[in-house]
Amino acid sequence: MTASASTGQAAFRPNWAARAGWLLLAAYVAYAAQILDITWARFVLGLDQGGRFLGRLFPPEFQRWELLVDGLTESLQIAVIASVLGIVISLPIGLLAARNLMPWWVSTPTRAFVALCRSFHPILVAIVFVKAIGFGALAGILALVVASVGFVAKLFAEAIEEISMKQVEAVRATGAGFANVVTMGVLPQVLARFIGFSTYQLDSNLRNSTMVGIVGGGGIGGTLFAAFQRFDYGFLCAILIAIIALIMMGELVATRLRATFQ
Amino acid sequence: MAGGSTVGRVDGAARAGDGPPDQPLVIRNLTKSYGAGRPLVLKGISLAFEARGVVAIIGPSGTGKSTLIRCINRLVEPTSGEILFKGRDVARAGRRELRHVRRRIGMVFQEYNLVERLSVMENVLCGRLGYVPAWRAWLRRYPPADIDKAFDLLEMVGLSDFVHQRADSLSGGQRQRVGIARAVMQDPDLLLADEPTSSLDPKTSVEIMELLREVADRRAIPVLINIHDVTLARRFATRIVGMSAGAVVYDGPPGGLTDDHLRTIYGGEDWLS
Repeated sequence: MTASASTGQAAFRPNWAARAGWLLLAAYVAYAAQILDITWARFVLGLDQGGRFLGRLFPPEFQRWELLVDGLTESLQIAVIASVLGIVISLPIGLLAARNLMPWWVSTPTRAFVALCRSFHPILVAIVFVKAIGFGALAGILALVVASVGFVAKLFAEAIEEISMKQVEAVRATGAGFANVVTMGVLPQVLARFIGFSTYQLDSNLRNSTMVGIVGGGGIGGTLFAAFQRFDYGFLCAILIAIIALIMMGELVATRLRATFQ
Repeated sequence: MAGGSTVGRVDGAARAGDGPPDQPLVIRNLTKSYGAGRPLVLKGISLAFEARGVVAIIGPSGTGKSTLIRCINRLVEPTSGEILFKGRDVARAGRRELRHVRRRIGMVFQEYNLVERLSVMENVLCGRLGYVPAWRAWLRRYPPADIDKAFDLLEMVGLSDFVHQRADSLSGGQRQRVGIARAVMQDPDLLLADEPTSSLDPKTSVEIMELLREVADRRAIPVLINIHDVTLARRFATRIVGMSAGAVVYDGPPGGLTDDHLRTIYGGEDWLS
């Protein structure tokens, strides 16, 4: 028996608020599942159908590989262009959104703008751009630029807010102007993390670029969607395999990039 | 010593200004409170500093030593009073003028405040950022004269072998040497040091104080040092300013500092025995 137990003192105070919170969460999950009619029987029915679908996917058909390569290339181009544009735009916007460097009347509207960029899924944004400027890769690129700014600028601003102000203070004390304080006091502290965010975004854009085509934003997505509609499951499987290969290659490149800039 | 010429004053011409030539820094009735209605951290400090010499500012923690030093280059905004640096009132300087004043005031910090991810050389060259446009700093295209001077200073502080190392790989004593090199790189007319030895071991502390005294002597500038260690203050300072509760309670040569004074400054007496 421990000393605290023998004196009747609890070493750790129970956190009733947290326990109540967990209980509420569990109750809500059960309630929502019931409302949406998610039952075991429905799940089994889905499994049966899923099995048949999987069977029709194989073997993959690569006869129309030229179509496949065209779509993939366009997706890759959309991803790279959108990433470069988005990241270049994110750099100043993230800086303007950092509350420790900017007065509130600059950072607050900038943060609102970034939040706006983040509020819609890239597919929704892509639909808007397709309607606004017409079918094709440009709509997809713009949609992914918006998504990139929403993600990279937000994380970049947060990274800047976590920097050591001591280093900034020292640079400021030398009489350096704002641009020099940013260049030599702020950026060295956040550059490695910025590269990290950017490579994640490139990875994410690569995935999303295969999707924007579904709504007419260019890339392999259009081909994929057409294959679905024509029940061309063999070709569909080939497209899926090609996308997986593309994403894996992107992952390799991103890891390399991060290691180089660490 | 190879670094001798760079430690000595290079540009007599830059020493313009119409203030009293023998007193480059004069502080009058300086007060500071962190927010309206909050108590005064500095209660009307008036001090004048001669053109050269090491001044140690001693006093208990929280007595406003750091605030005083930071008011001089306005890393902390003074509430009222005048700070005349070479005749110009720093307290009322506009943004541009303030940057020009800061260029001439070197500062050394307790925790060194080096930019951790930059190399030793890049950190020393930070001392030129008041003069170099951002694109040059970004591309590391510093004027060759600055780079030569940085190499000389690194030799003076004994870090010639560490030029390309990143600052976060150095020991405390080495970092503080880089901090001093960075401050001297500014070609300062005044050097501020905020507890430069508090994070260092006793031997390194003495070495750092020797270096600061050397800078004061060779460049013939005032060096203001906040310091907790009264023994070190006595040993290296030509003048000691004792602060207590936001006011100056002793101002004179180290020889005149008695136990009575220390009791006034720090309070109590048990610790003196």
